[in-house]
Amino acid sequence: MAGALWCMVEDDRKGTPKKVMAEVLGEAARLGGPVEAVWLTDKATDDGLKQLGAWGAAKVWLLEDAGLAPYRGEVWAPPVAELAAKESPKAILAPVTSRQREFMARLAARLGAGLAADSVALAMDGDRLVATRPVYAGKLLSRVAWAKQPWMATLRPNVFKPADAQAGKTAAVERVTVTVPAAQMKFVERREEASTGLPELTEAEIVLSGGRGMKGPENYVILEELGGVIGAAVGASRAAVDAGWRPHRFQIGQTGRTISPKLYMGFGVSGAIQHLAGMRTSKVIVAVNKDPEAPIFKIADYGIVADLFEVVPELTKEFKRLLEK
Amino acid sequence: MKILVMIKQVPDTATQVKIGGDGKQIDTSGITWIVSPYDEFAVEEALRIKEKRGQGEVVAVALGPDRAKEALRSALAMGCDRAIHVNDPALAAADTLTTARVLAAVAKQEAPQLVLCGRQAIDDDMGAVGAQMAEVLGWPCASWIMEEAIDGGGTSVRVGRQVEGGLEVFELPLPAVLSAQKGLNEPRYPTLKGIMGAKKKEIKDVKAADLGVTAAPELSIAALEALPPRPPGRIVPGDVKDAVKELVRALREDAKAI
Repeated sequence: MAGALWCMVEDDRKGTPKKVMAEVLGEAARLGGPVEAVWLTDKATDDGLKQLGAWGAAKVWLLEDAGLAPYRGEVWAPPVAELAAKESPKAILAPVTSRQREFMARLAARLGAGLAADSVALAMDGDRLVATRPVYAGKLLSRVAWAKQPWMATLRPNVFKPADAQAGKTAAVERVTVTVPAAQMKFVERREEASTGLPELTEAEIVLSGGRGMKGPENYVILEELGGVIGAAVGASRAAVDAGWRPHRFQIGQTGRTISPKLYMGFGVSGAIQHLAGMRTSKVIVAVNKDPEAPIFKIADYGIVADLFEVVPELTKEFKRLLEK
Repeated sequence: MKILVMIKQVPDTATQVKIGGDGKQIDTSGITWIVSPYDEFAVEEALRIKEKRGQGEVVAVALGPDRAKEALRSALAMGCDRAIHVNDPALAAADTLTTARVLAAVAKQEAPQLVLCGRQAIDDDMGAVGAQMAEVLGWPCASWIMEEAIDGGGTSVRVGRQVEGGLEVFELPLPAVLSAQKGLNEPRYPTLKGIMGAKKKEIKDVKAADLGVTAAPELSIAALEALPPRPPGRIVPGDVKDAVKELVRALREDAKAI
């Protein structure tokens, strides 16, 4: 309906919305709704549609077509722009993921709309929306506003309060007949990364990060052990990645991934500005470093000044003991 | 093959940034400026494509005030052939879409086979200009690329783009827009010869009117703010065993983080 807040659905590419959608839908409701989801997929599942309803979507605009997978911006933007021109949503929101980030930029250009990428707060100021987003390596916050609707924004995961799932609440599903534009880009293949068995860095609620103090690639196994016990992802600082100890996809920081977990624990991480840029919005920060002068202690909620090679095994033991109870 | 590389001049990561007098922009006094690191990957890749093919032209393009010339000079010192500087006070408050329209207009005039840029500039971290430029041009776009290979005839490019959990490989007809992710290459340092040679290379000044673009930002900065202070932390004392026990207790009971 006109004036709705649209939430672009990020899914697992198997027909199920990712749990970050609870955050986007929850925020849209908090801004006053009406909340609607827009889902582009090759195959939606019934459970997935129910899930969006339970998280607060009153309606799901379902664009289902084999040509929509895998994601290509040039294919996704035209049908959504067409629908937006017809329905006049007030806002279009999406989580920050690799494809939504590109798609939203492309859609904004097609609609001639403003886009606030990687927002960490949204608020109504009278009858207009204002977004807050980190800038300059997270050293400052920028408050931005739009010249006109639709207000388009991508939301940093793990920052916004998720909607509580309400069983039985359902969304009206409206199928949109899509004319999928002929794609110029052709999909060749998808190469899966070797699975670590641990959560994805940007989605994890707990992240362990190893810096130069890890001393070498062979030692990350102790962080992976701890990660396995508490369900944490394992990342690295730029120093460790540049030394070739970890592949770049594990890098946390300005030239790597931006994370915002409930709990971040840095081991042998000094806390260079470029690293802080990627993790400073974490809720609770723990630092373990031998050097009491390490800058990371300045932003840490809890610190232990000690050798990480003594602390990590002890942490693993302690958590194991508690979980066995 | 003609390649355009879009670069942006940004404050060095380690530089202290302070809010300026108008409350909307930073105080630029005393700032060390650099080429945004992702844009350096884009420059490097463009130069490698030219070297591999044994012919071609690499043109660096920047939108920014007078000082942005330094960034263009570094790109020329790395090996770009010439540069275009969109230098117009009317564009001082350009948002990503205005920037994309400006750069797309340059691309239309130059008609390259390929446009390269960084995945995002590290000042405002929007990461939108590449895809928006592609939309304005009606070209395909692949963001966050980790590898690329152009076919012998120079008609298409195969790229691997980084996504959650893997790499997606696509083939794009040229012309196209690609944005560089870290890991694509290791940018070269300019040689002394390169630095000396850069002084003689052309930097063409261009105004918004030359490009037929009017600045009407869709998104504007209302205010810059300092970060809210974090509550003071505490160092957990004691020997390792005791400190770990106390840390785990505090994380569970006080912070409820686990």
